[in-house]
Amino acid sequence: MTVWTQLEPLLAKVQKPARYIGCEDGAYEPNHHPGAASWLLAYPDTYEIGLPNQGLQILCEIVNERPDGAAERTYAPWADLEELMREHRLPLFSVDTHRAAADFDILAFNLSAELTYTNLINMIDLAGCPVRAAHRSPTDLLIGVGGHCTYNPEPIAAFCDFVVLGDGEEVVGEITAAVAAWKAAGKKDRLEILRALAGITGVYVPQLYDAVFADGMLVETVPNDPAAPATIEKRTIADLGEWPYPRQQLVPLTEVVHDRLNVEVFRGCTRGCRFCQAGMITRPVRERPAEQVRMMVSEGLKRTGYDEVALTSLSTADFSGIEQVVIDTVNDPDCGGQISVSLPSLRVDAFTVGIAGEIQKGRRTGLTFAPEAGTWRMRQVINKLIREEDLYAAVRSAYSQGWRRMKLYFLTGLPTETDEDTLGIATLARNCVAIGKEYHKNPSVTVSLGGFVPKPFTPFQWFGQNTREELQRKIYLLRDELRRDHAIKLKWHDPKASMAEGLASRGDRRMADVIEDVWRHGGTFQEWSEHFDLQLWLDALERAGLREEDFVYRHRTEDEALPWDHLSAGLHKDFLWQDWRDALAEVGLEDCRWTPCYDCGACTGYGIEHVVASAVPPAGGSQGTGQDLSVGGEVPVTLLASKPVGATARS
Amino acid sequence: MRVRIRFTKLGKIRWTSHRDIARVWERVIRRAGLPVAYSQGFSPHPKLHFGLALSTGHESLAEFIDIDLDDASPVLPGPAELAALPARLTDVLPVGLVVESVGVVSTSSMSLQQAVVSCEWHIEIRGVTPDDAAAAVASVMASPSLVITRQRKGKDVTDDVRPYVLDLVVVGPTDAGTQIHAHLATQPRGLRVSELLIVLATGGEEGQVRRTKQWTLVDGARTEPLAGPSAATSAPLAERRAS
Repeated sequence: MTVWTQLEPLLAKVQKPARYIGCEDGAYEPNHHPGAASWLLAYPDTYEIGLPNQGLQILCEIVNERPDGAAERTYAPWADLEELMREHRLPLFSVDTHRAAADFDILAFNLSAELTYTNLINMIDLAGCPVRAAHRSPTDLLIGVGGHCTYNPEPIAAFCDFVVLGDGEEVVGEITAAVAAWKAAGKKDRLEILRALAGITGVYVPQLYDAVFADGMLVETVPNDPAAPATIEKRTIADLGEWPYPRQQLVPLTEVVHDRLNVEVFRGCTRGCRFCQAGMITRPVRERPAEQVRMMVSEGLKRTGYDEVALTSLSTADFSGIEQVVIDTVNDPDCGGQISVSLPSLRVDAFTVGIAGEIQKGRRTGLTFAPEAGTWRMRQVINKLIREEDLYAAVRSAYSQGWRRMKLYFLTGLPTETDEDTLGIATLARNCVAIGKEYHKNPSVTVSLGGFVPKPFTPFQWFGQNTREELQRKIYLLRDELRRDHAIKLKWHDPKASMAEGLASRGDRRMADVIEDVWRHGGTFQEWSEHFDLQLWLDALERAGLREEDFVYRHRTEDEALPWDHLSAGLHKDFLWQDWRDALAEVGLEDCRWTPCYDCGACTGYGIEHVVASAVPPAGGSQGTGQDLSVGGEVPVTLLASKPVGATARS
Repeated sequence: MRVRIRFTKLGKIRWTSHRDIARVWERVIRRAGLPVAYSQGFSPHPKLHFGLALSTGHESLAEFIDIDLDDASPVLPGPAELAALPARLTDVLPVGLVVESVGVVSTSSMSLQQAVVSCEWHIEIRGVTPDDAAAAVASVMASPSLVITRQRKGKDVTDDVRPYVLDLVVVGPTDAGTQIHAHLATQPRGLRVSELLIVLATGGEEGQVRRTKQWTLVDGARTEPLAGPSAATSAPLAERRAS
């Protein structure tokens, strides 16, 4: 049933009505029929943020290609429409055909940020479904979640029927088949489908497990049903080349973030930055064949009419032969020479800036680097082994090629961080400005400071996050230090929101009451600074009888049970513990793509391997180049010999 | 060479903004492979000239855009290609936008925004009977002046808007109210549909609004910026495609 006729009169009364109309170029015509499991794929944030999400688009295509599946999309309605929907009793709807959520079999969310959890509950409620899984009847929606946040789904376990770990490309089909079979048999018993789903590798059904507590501490999480395995392993697709998705990226009618063609060039990263959850849980590295990248870029540009393409991955400059792919794209005669390429995740070195120079002919707006920490000692702790010389060479290269504005990303609140490390950020920024002054009259550097939130399945999962007060103190320390530096602009994330993110990142099942309570008191869109409300979270903790110290600030011990111990990202827990000890000892670890395996478990556990086209590390990367990582800089970072850019940079 | 394109905007896509449609055109021109001219300078952009903005939520049977083509291009369209252009563009436009005709205009001609002097509208007023609407229309048409205060560029401006109301007629009842036909001047400040409803003071709500004509003056005679395929005031084909 379409709700368009009820929805349309409301659109005149809301901001940005184009968010709710769909009509994107590339959208599939879903084939709903009694034998098909129907998915309503949701992103729990606004259309502008959610539409570009590649994961949702990939899954939508794969399901719609199946004869036993149909998929549509939905996004969180902004507060103005939500109010009207509740007033007019209009349920959550798909943007594709404006079908009511309750007419689907599955409502599944992509979770990329923990602060969207209250939106998740809100959307389940708007769909007309009981928010707690335990209260649902056989005819209610099946609520599923996937995405990076689901490596600790315990804080939202009470709201979910199933949780998917890892790459969704294969498992989405297996779930579709299971649900279609259950639907064909009349959807008699909800436990029946939950058991069937629990039998699929990579699928976790929280209701089939009990979290056991004693003295206010988690003891273990164990199956309560014979259909549930003791450990749930993540799914990994071995070859990205077999999945050239999305085949037809959606082109929205209204402006969204990342409004350009996006082509994923590889998945996974083994640089081993210890704070980075994405780099740990997406291992191993799987490159897309360069020829397929060229084809996806060329055909995608022609089909969409975009004049910009982003090559996406973690640390994109690590893609084998990145330079050639970039040059081929920029010089594609079919595209009339008006195409720009963006590399959203840049390494900090001059080689990378050289590539950026190739592709941003004319438009030198700004360049972003992420040294992450202010001192070499601190960068050894986090295994982000960028030497100051690497940064300065990159910055010099950028200024010499016409850029005037740099943005530097840093984290504060890292393990073992001292005030000297925090103030080291000021030194780095000042030195960058000084280099800029050699080339320009008014260079500017923006320092963006984020409060570190430890994440599951990283070596820092045991680390007690800095308190709100401590993070704020460090931010003000740096702000005061930079007060007289007019060329440096300091921006920071709200430490109060980092605390709430900490609760949701490493909390256990007790956190469900807190998250539901925040939602019940109107706390949606908590990742939007103008909507975040710390008091809602503090009040909710108090009502639940829980303390932020226990979940966020406390250092965890080697022998204590972690809420995600029954889940596996492939990484051996003893590897992560060893890496945590190495971090505290300020010892770096090489990138295993080009050095011998140190058995983190991500490949060996699943019988898969890295798929990397080049046997040698890329030029300019300071990691994996064979240097002595404990001291750094034994092997000098060199610019590519063929690059005239480097020569000018040094003159 | 400057080509003028006449198109309709009907159905769900009416909820997009003028700016959204401008961005759609930039992509569509690249997809259709039209050799558009680019501006010179630091950040070159395609030379597109848009007509009067259409409010978000309003439909139109008569929208216009001018595109400057690169005269030096080897693929500059000839007469046959121009004749085929409406279908070629409609094919790559989103559902709801349909190109009705394409013509060549002088590069020295006035911009669409300067040249258009008035527009005709079909306006639905919800919650109002045809009799009440007729009384309001008669009252407005009989008034020698209608002074209102309205916002322009963030400032309050007090104007006599009566000269902008060229014609008002009740068309008949709709499911939810009454449809009127309005002919409104656009120069120098214009009168918005929402402002007309305030002036009419029927107490009804704005329903479906559709621009049906745009007029320029050529030697004192009312002329469309570019003729449509026919004199029809509806576009049954386009509507079917958009709904």
